[in-house]
Amino acid sequence: MQAMNTLLLLAEQTTSSTQAAGSPLLLLTVFVLAIFVGIEIITKIPPMLHTPLMSGSNAISGITLIGALLSVGSRHPTEKILGCVLGCLAVTLATTNVVGGFLVTHRMLGMFRKKD
Amino acid sequence: MLVNVDLGYLLAAILFIFGLKGLTRPRTAVRGNMLGALGMLVAVVVTLVGADFSVTFILLGLVIGSAVGVTLALKIQMTAMPQLVALFNGFGGGASALVAGAYLVTNVQSQSSAELIATAASGLIGAMTFSGSLIAFAKLQELRFVGNIRFSGQQTLNAMLLIACLVLAVMLLARPESAFIYCVLVLLALVLGVFSVISIGGADMPVVIALLNSYSGLAAAATGFVLSNSVQGQSAANILIIAGSLVGASGLILTRIMCAAMNRSLANVLFGSLGPTRSGPDDDVYVNVKSTSAEEVAMLIEVARRVVIVPGYGMAVAQAQHSVSDLTKLLESKKIQVEFGIHPVAGRMPGHMNVLLAEADIPYDSLKEMNEINSTMDQTDVTIVLGANDVVNPVARTDAQSPIAGMPIIDVDKSRTVVVIKRSLSPGFSGIPNPLFTAENTLMLFGDGRKAVVDIINALKPD
Repeated sequence: MQAMNTLLLLAEQTTSSTQAAGSPLLLLTVFVLAIFVGIEIITKIPPMLHTPLMSGSNAISGITLIGALLSVGSRHPTEKILGCVLGCLAVTLATTNVVGGFLVTHRMLGMFRKKD
Repeated sequence: MLVNVDLGYLLAAILFIFGLKGLTRPRTAVRGNMLGALGMLVAVVVTLVGADFSVTFILLGLVIGSAVGVTLALKIQMTAMPQLVALFNGFGGGASALVAGAYLVTNVQSQSSAELIATAASGLIGAMTFSGSLIAFAKLQELRFVGNIRFSGQQTLNAMLLIACLVLAVMLLARPESAFIYCVLVLLALVLGVFSVISIGGADMPVVIALLNSYSGLAAAATGFVLSNSVQGQSAANILIIAGSLVGASGLILTRIMCAAMNRSLANVLFGSLGPTRSGPDDDVYVNVKSTSAEEVAMLIEVARRVVIVPGYGMAVAQAQHSVSDLTKLLESKKIQVEFGIHPVAGRMPGHMNVLLAEADIPYDSLKEMNEINSTMDQTDVTIVLGANDVVNPVARTDAQSPIAGMPIIDVDKSRTVVVIKRSLSPGFSGIPNPLFTAENTLMLFGDGRKAVVDIINALKPD
């Protein structure tokens, strides 16, 4: 869990200083550390829960929704209407991924019960 | 205001990590998933509140997306879960490619070369994920128009497509104002996605889905790098990168587990040629097959103390899981211990069998992993193999020349009696005969899986 602590600390540092936020190297550091955190957690998940893991993590990968929101929302001149259309399409796809993913995972997990 | 946005994203990242951590145990899994959903909600709300937006179009997208997502999630049959996950995967990957494109056309001047590399990566991985997932969906749904299409030079073509994509990525670096280059890149990546998945057979689907899952995460992470230089995107970049790489890691680990469970390398699954190696009737391979009846099986089970059921995808095809659940309850009421031996690649995606059995109301503590069940196999009186074939084929242990040599299997042949419920003696996906069917202690119960189980139940019940 040491990797996780470092990661959170780093994420905080990167976001709090605006100057460093755009630095690709720091972003790369966050990326690599997050992968280590991912590996550390995911390897502990039992095979029994691999399907919910896939659909749940799939929903998390819908985080691209945030990028989609920003791309539609950012103000741009009217000739950039193409950007808006692409963004809206992305919002729709990503929302489907997020909402459907979490909901179906919830439905699946609800079926797992212990012997009474 | 900006500080609050940053803290919101940090909270979301923490929630994602704890959410995934919750999935390590069935008891905490429901809460874990909710934490993940909460993290996503926090991230979305923070984004909408933190920026000065015109939200009309956004709301439209959110409403349509939610409606489609809810409908699909509530309507889907558990047997069709792999298709749905593939579809959602594709949507996520597609969204990433679109976002990168939208940023390219709106923020041309401010894109640094690092962001352009990220844009190209997002377009390439995202588009590949999108088309690959749609093909995987179509294959899993068994739509007629996608067979296992193979043609000579397919791998050369894929390699050329990939090289072309990389060349285009370099061109994009030189001329960032040309959205045309990005379009061609995405187009080629879409074709590449189609060709790389279309030749992969049904038994390898768990690997493909896990890999696509990983891709969708990596595409989201790449999109995070794309965002990093725009004004509002600075804060959002981190959360996309963290969430994306968590998912990327998850998919990679699952891919590795699936490959290990088949004793094959990833390259072999993606480009290899394991498949039905021969055609023609296989029945003549088998001599001394002992056929049995439901009544005989019922008599065997009745005097057993311990019964193990090994399900395969055939159980799902026959919709037999609910009958299996009834049988389990009946046996347990007679004080017979029943456990399930579940091979990692049983079903069409990682962990698929567990979900199907859980849906049929079988408690999860009866579902045992391969290693655990193998250690108790020699104390088992009766093993029922239902719709599984290659994963119980002892050839994997005994014949080093066999295509499945070295693949870890469930050692059903070590139990006192094996009952194989199957329609015929046809081979599994590997296309090789299974000597288990002619073993000394094996009885074949021919017929439809569900009907066979129901017949056994009826024979067990004192009427």
